Amino acid sequence: MNIVVCIKQVPNTNEVKLDPVTGTLIRDGVPSIINPDDKAGLEAALRLKDAQGAHITVVSMGPPQADAALREALAMGADEAILVSDRAFGGADTWATSTTIAAAIKNLKYDLIITGRQAIDGDTAQVGPQISEHLGIPNISYAEDIQVEGDSVIVKRQYEDRYHIVKAKMPCLITALTELNKPRYMTPGGIFDAYREKEVKVWGLKDIQVDQANIGLKGSPTRVFQTFTKSLKAAGTVVQLDPEESADYMIEKLKEKFII
Amino acid sequence: MNIQDYQGVFVFVQQVDNKITGVSYELLGKAKELAADLGTEVTAVLLGYQVEELCPKLARYGADKVVLVDDKALEPYTTEPYTHAMYNVIEKYKPAVVLYGATAIGRDLAPRVSARVHTGLTADCTKLEIDPENKNLKMTRPAFGGNIMATIVCPEHRPQMATVRPGVMQKIKPVDGASCPVEVFNPGFEPNNKNVEVLEVIKKVSDKIDIQDAKILISGGRGVGCPENFKLLQDLADVIGGEVSASRACVDAGWAEKDVQVGQTGKTVRPNLYIACGISGAIQHLAGMEDSDVIIAINKDENAPIFEVADYGIVGDVAKVLPIFTEKLKEELALRNA
Repeated sequence: MNIVVCIKQVPNTNEVKLDPVTGTLIRDGVPSIINPDDKAGLEAALRLKDAQGAHITVVSMGPPQADAALREALAMGADEAILVSDRAFGGADTWATSTTIAAAIKNLKYDLIITGRQAIDGDTAQVGPQISEHLGIPNISYAEDIQVEGDSVIVKRQYEDRYHIVKAKMPCLITALTELNKPRYMTPGGIFDAYREKEVKVWGLKDIQVDQANIGLKGSPTRVFQTFTKSLKAAGTVVQLDPEESADYMIEKLKEKFII
Repeated sequence: MNIQDYQGVFVFVQQVDNKITGVSYELLGKAKELAADLGTEVTAVLLGYQVEELCPKLARYGADKVVLVDDKALEPYTTEPYTHAMYNVIEKYKPAVVLYGATAIGRDLAPRVSARVHTGLTADCTKLEIDPENKNLKMTRPAFGGNIMATIVCPEHRPQMATVRPGVMQKIKPVDGASCPVEVFNPGFEPNNKNVEVLEVIKKVSDKIDIQDAKILISGGRGVGCPENFKLLQDLADVIGGEVSASRACVDAGWAEKDVQVGQTGKTVRPNLYIACGISGAIQHLAGMEDSDVIIAINKDENAPIFEVADYGIVGDVAKVLPIFTEKLKEELALRNA
């Protein structure tokens, strides 16, 4: 079985802080990680490989630095890594990104494609389903459990108030939730292999079949009109009182606001 | 594509088990404002099987027209038949704007539709407005975990599509007796390789009120100290008539269930009263609650960011303040009802 896992290198947004003076993002020194949902997707693929054997190719679209994320995936046990990287791909929205990644995947053999549900820097959850549409295959989003049975996958698909147990014939695409599993660590031998034995192939515009009108900034239907930092509402009153007085203070305020 | 051919504001109406999901009403409310600015109408697109009886409700919440696609293939929800239906609705009616709820269904359906239609899609918008100059839809959303806001436009493709999280927009007061025309449309559903099979539907049993519907939320963070102290929050909630919610830290620690998590990766809430207990106020949390009418924060750390959005801040230990507050409140309410 051939599995393609799509991963994205993201800044660890939990550590992104705002400059209190300028109100801009401080990105210096913020570590890059494999997006958590994607890492769960990779772990799910590795478990299928452990259980029944599979060839895993990790694909990432991004700048040259994303090499580090792909090496980490190799060190965890992926067999092959492809970095889809070209200046021409830059500035892409989800539509153009998914078009580019789908074009890269068309060069590969695949029975199963696993992407994360969403990336923590954008939170859109769009690229996975869009890739499946470009490839003309079924998708199952929000997977909490993945089983392979013959030529089909059986997935526990999460909704707000229920699950569906969904069966799809392969080839198909699944988007993974972090709830799927706890990803394994890299092994020392794996790290050695990832940097000495295995390679990260870099595919640029010339390596994939894609209409140039559909990639990068100019192939993106959406445009960023403006960005701004959120203005928080004016701060209220903060008091330091003993517990007794604090309780009285809150009751007084709830009365003033007609809540009680 | 001739952009002028695309008119009208459409809302994908989500129904599950023949019950319309709340966010769909909220979207109709917003769509009404957008349609007024565009000088056009609001069309509700209702997909499902034997769901016609839901149409009058949509009129009461602001729809000027309903397009109904009723077919057995649309029950229960699966991606392909819904995508097929929405794609054909868009091809036939050519809307300028299509809105979806950012639910587990909407966030699966909308991207697939956007790829099929070849148009843009902006996720999890918190603000939608019409640019008065060129009539484009300006879609504002948080990025980088809520650290910055980005306004996105889709100038050269139609329809302009957006998903909106539940709880962000406000529904209109339903208009009694309102009705609107219903147009039945069926694009035909043929089995194809993109179809999947639902083997089983497992409903999560919960008798709790959804925190998004609660008028008062008592919300706990790491500063609550230990899982046992969540009992103090429940005691207060019982006295004041609210529900208990939690920050991500508490959910990750297993102190609270995921379905009561407030914030960027949880739910967006805007209750009348939000009492933040031992919540430091990470930006991802604030993104989910800062539109609450009144915010009270109790925290030991006087520099906690939560105090920047709180109307009333109490510097103190939740474990000490809450039991006294609950007791005094109980007396106060008993006195009043005596």
